[in-house]
Amino acid sequence: MTAAAEGTTIAQAPRTKRSNLLQSEQAQGLALISPTLLYAMVLLVAPILVIVFYSFWSQDYLTVDRTFTLEQYRVALTEPIYRDLLLRSLWVSLVVSLITVVLAYPLAYYISFHGGSYKSLWLFLITIPFWTSYLLRVMSWKVILGYNGVLNSGLMGLGIIDEPSTSFLYNTNAVVITLTHAWAAFAVLPIFVSLEKVDRTLIEAATDLGDGPIRSFLRVTLPLSLPGVISALLIVMIPTVGDFVTPKLVGGKDGVMIATAIETQFKRGANWPLGAALSVITMTIVTLMAASIVFVIRQAGRRVR
Amino acid sequence: MRSKVAKWLPIYAFLYIVFLYLPVIFLPIFSVNTSAVPKFPLMGFTWKWYTDLPNTPALLDAAWNSLMVGVTASLLSTVLGICAARAITRYRFPGRTAASSLIMAPLVLPEIILAVSLLIVMLSLGLELSLFTVVLGHVLICIPYSVTVLNAGFEGFDRSLEEASADLGETSFGTFRRVTLPMVAPAIISSLLVSFTISLDEFIMAFFLTGTDVTLPVYIWGQLRFAAKLPGVLALGTLLLVGSFILLTIAEILRRRAERRVQSTGGVLA
Repeated sequence: MTAAAEGTTIAQAPRTKRSNLLQSEQAQGLALISPTLLYAMVLLVAPILVIVFYSFWSQDYLTVDRTFTLEQYRVALTEPIYRDLLLRSLWVSLVVSLITVVLAYPLAYYISFHGGSYKSLWLFLITIPFWTSYLLRVMSWKVILGYNGVLNSGLMGLGIIDEPSTSFLYNTNAVVITLTHAWAAFAVLPIFVSLEKVDRTLIEAATDLGDGPIRSFLRVTLPLSLPGVISALLIVMIPTVGDFVTPKLVGGKDGVMIATAIETQFKRGANWPLGAALSVITMTIVTLMAASIVFVIRQAGRRVR
Repeated sequence: MRSKVAKWLPIYAFLYIVFLYLPVIFLPIFSVNTSAVPKFPLMGFTWKWYTDLPNTPALLDAAWNSLMVGVTASLLSTVLGICAARAITRYRFPGRTAASSLIMAPLVLPEIILAVSLLIVMLSLGLELSLFTVVLGHVLICIPYSVTVLNAGFEGFDRSLEEASADLGETSFGTFRRVTLPMVAPAIISSLLVSFTISLDEFIMAFFLTGTDVTLPVYIWGQLRFAAKLPGVLALGTLLLVGSFILLTIAEILRRRAERRVQSTGGVLA
């Protein structure tokens, strides 16, 4: 339309101009994304690299010795305190992500298959608590589980216990409960998205071919929604490994996790290289755990089919 | 069997929602309770904890700081988000996938590691820790959310409208201002609101990267050590809760309107 209106100028444009145009399209895209990319490079990639470098250095009081050493890794991996914290963090994050996903699946299934026209309202309802302050949500669990808390006063009011129990707060269970609640909403969304993508005619086909509802669920719906299950697991597991607020507020002595140790090394303890090594180890283990979860679930999914 | 499961699912869904909301509900309940200790049975109704709030200068300072940080961070992350979302949805260029996954990476890294690595860099560069360094950290974690919201707004956007505008003699900037921008305005506002809310509630980055000026969550963190201050914190928390709820509802309404607008003109009905 325009070519006709503008006459022959475009028609006569040499062929090279077109490839230039293509290149300039690429260049425009790159130019447009470059501020954001630069920001991520300077404030994400560079700091992570710095932390990796630091983990191979050592520190004597305030002076940092920049000769290459694996000493920090030796300390972080062999000192019982750090080893225990790492293992507990991994254990807690694994348990929390499994529980959240198992709890979230039926809900995601319900919304996707029976949500009707209220789907987006359901999703909105689920995401609202997630947007409220994390600190406050953790604090409300402290109010519930505490010595004078809701649970204790409620149980006493019902005559189930005679005196307040101290076993609810300040232990690993309190951390698991709080984190499960905090991340519950986050697990529903990816599972819901992958359930939405499941072709309903496949389920009908399975039923027509004689599969019962449970068999067709196990052999069609569940395997097809596995990508959502995987990303839900990861989306919960990765942040919980490094969670700082929950262990500090409701974990007590038995619920301390690796983030507290990292914080100590960077703030009060002032041993940056050790803190850096702990961070790098945490990142590495999270990545390995994530990769193995993806692998195991994919294998299991193949087996079922 | 099927029908049995189907019958239980709505009940399960209801219980799940109760589980999600129940702990949050206790904040407003105990914030109007006369007793300083949050326990049942409730003692009596009072607004005391709320009326005490404006008389706490430290709290007002923290609130003002949070507001400043939130506004700056949401503006910056939305501008950077617009660049990224526009580039990702409109152009094809080498390294597009890699670039967008790098930008989204803060979502899948433990936040404490982001915070301490930024802390090291800023201290090594000799930067004074301040609200400015908090803003830098907040922008980093807000960008993925901004990009997600804006991508949805930019996707399915009908390019022929822009072409028409260019054909009718608008400059590319004029086209952007008069055609593109009005189309994606709801997505932009929604991105501003979402990143403001994140910044307002964010604790870890603010805790590590701030100097002597604190933001609201850091202030609350400090107050949590004193049992006597708890009702005040509960009252403050309730106000924050209501504020976040209102902002997010507006953001959600705008996002839906944006989706509808793009769909009705672009014809990309999902």
